[in-house]
Amino acid sequence: MTETGFLGAALRSRSLVLGAVLTAVFVLAAVVSFLWVPHDVTAMDIPNRMKGPEGAHPLGTDHFGRDILSMIMVGARTSIAVAVVAVGIGMVLGVPLGLAAAARKGSLLDEVIMRGNDLVFAFPSLLIAIMITAVFGASALNAIIAIGIFNIPVFARLTRGAALSLWTRDYVMAARVAGKGATRISFEHILPNVTNLLIVQGTIQFSLGILAEAALSYVGLGAQPPLPSWGRMLADSQTMISIAPHMAIFPGLAILLTVLGLNLMGDGLRDLFDPKIRRVGR
Amino acid sequence: MLRFAFKRLVSLGLSLVVASVVIFLFVEVVPGDPAAYMLGLNATEETLAALREQLGLSGTLAERYLSWVGGMLRGDFGTSYTYRTPVSEMIADRMWISLPLAIYALTLSTLIAFPAGIWAASKRGSAADVSVMGLTQLGVAIPNFWFAMLMVLVFAINLRWFSAGGFAGWEAGVYPAMKSLTLPAIALALPQASILARVMRSSLLDTLSEDFIRTARAKGLTKRQALWRHALRNALIPVLTIIGLQFSFLLAGAIIIENVFFLPGLGRLVFQAISARDLIVVESVVMLLVFAVIVVNFAVDIAYAAVDPRLRVRG
Repeated sequence: MTETGFLGAALRSRSLVLGAVLTAVFVLAAVVSFLWVPHDVTAMDIPNRMKGPEGAHPLGTDHFGRDILSMIMVGARTSIAVAVVAVGIGMVLGVPLGLAAAARKGSLLDEVIMRGNDLVFAFPSLLIAIMITAVFGASALNAIIAIGIFNIPVFARLTRGAALSLWTRDYVMAARVAGKGATRISFEHILPNVTNLLIVQGTIQFSLGILAEAALSYVGLGAQPPLPSWGRMLADSQTMISIAPHMAIFPGLAILLTVLGLNLMGDGLRDLFDPKIRRVGR
Repeated sequence: MLRFAFKRLVSLGLSLVVASVVIFLFVEVVPGDPAAYMLGLNATEETLAALREQLGLSGTLAERYLSWVGGMLRGDFGTSYTYRTPVSEMIADRMWISLPLAIYALTLSTLIAFPAGIWAASKRGSAADVSVMGLTQLGVAIPNFWFAMLMVLVFAINLRWFSAGGFAGWEAGVYPAMKSLTLPAIALALPQASILARVMRSSLLDTLSEDFIRTARAKGLTKRQALWRHALRNALIPVLTIIGLQFSFLLAGAIIIENVFFLPGLGRLVFQAISARDLIVVESVVMLLVFAVIVVNFAVDIAYAAVDPRLRVRG
């Protein structure tokens, strides 16, 4: 497959393009917010509080008169940062565990890793977050850790499953005959072949991370003031929903569209990476 | 089958022991003296000593763990420091909201997902299929607590069909109680129903392409007959697993949704306990929820093996 063929297929995939555009909009909003926002997100303007969308404030203002568009832009940073780091934790710890378990299938190591995974699965990330915050207090960092821990078994299982089928391939056998050790084979031959899967799963976990961060911040276990966060904006809007519904609608839409974009992108990438589906599509 | 069940039971027991050790140690790692942590800076030496006694902080780590687990096995979860009532009573009260809410949501999710998934699969590639799949994409992406807030805005504030929050109480009758749980249950069910509908559809499509379906069609069954008589039962296996997994998400999700609707369930209890630093309550509620998740997944494994004998061999 040539590079243009790959790119052409990518551009022909509607869900991939739509998803990538949606995701890019929010990533861009987060990046731009470092350089410029329409209004200072810490500046209160009480006379102009809870104004609906209008000229100077395209998405309206909140109960302190802060500009909602600016807060959504800055909030995108928090959401993206938390989700990216949480996926990173899951990958950095989960992938090597999965590779190790597959390399020593059926060994005590494999058994310990898999049972450990089962155990983490029994703790939904919210419960991990509850325990962490009950002991160490609420913060964005603790939200990252809670979501990250939950991601470890996801990546470990995925990697193990995919790696197991690769270990039976001829080229792996050839590498073993050539005298390469299990660790070298895992990193030189297995890992490159599971990368596509990891990218697709990473996109999905990224979107789940955004949802989880929003939920944690909403109940007060995530990002703390004055750090703007989509989940906390929703929590603030709740008691005012009957008089200022726009305060609830826009941050929620931001979450919905970001997650939708990432999911569509994940679906599109999965189809693209699967040559069987791609050839049929042509 | 018995052998399989026994092996699963042993692993269930092990999981519970390890989970309880993790939770116990987690609370033990509170920097410094847990009693001082819970009481804050102004505690007197006497109250600290009293709380230490009450927490069972005297004795070695192993002794404390065994007394905690032993207490739970007898239904004694200790006494809440802030409420001065037995934790088991508090949990029992609130359970009557959280558990029905999770079951209500699970029922709704199944009732929505099954027809939607079956319909989409039987009309594969049609406009119906595309719209159902599009809706489920939205359903998966929508934060359920936000959806809950929007429902409050529409159905409680504008249309006044439901109250915006609070719980009528079971003593007011089943109908008012269920009514106050309806919006929360819908909010909880929506994302789960979307996931389940997708799983149902793809599992059914996989089954429909198998040889035995072709055989059934060759014997003269219509597409519809083949689907209902042969495919559906076989397609249910992955769907069952997902339902089991969803129960834990529903329990955890209930904690958040209870906040939107001011429902006095386990979720509210746990958040009040966190802000009051009432670690005994937090520890007990988390243990209980983890227990529920592990037991439900065990039940699913057993149900799975009962449906599909091939799985028993794997152990």
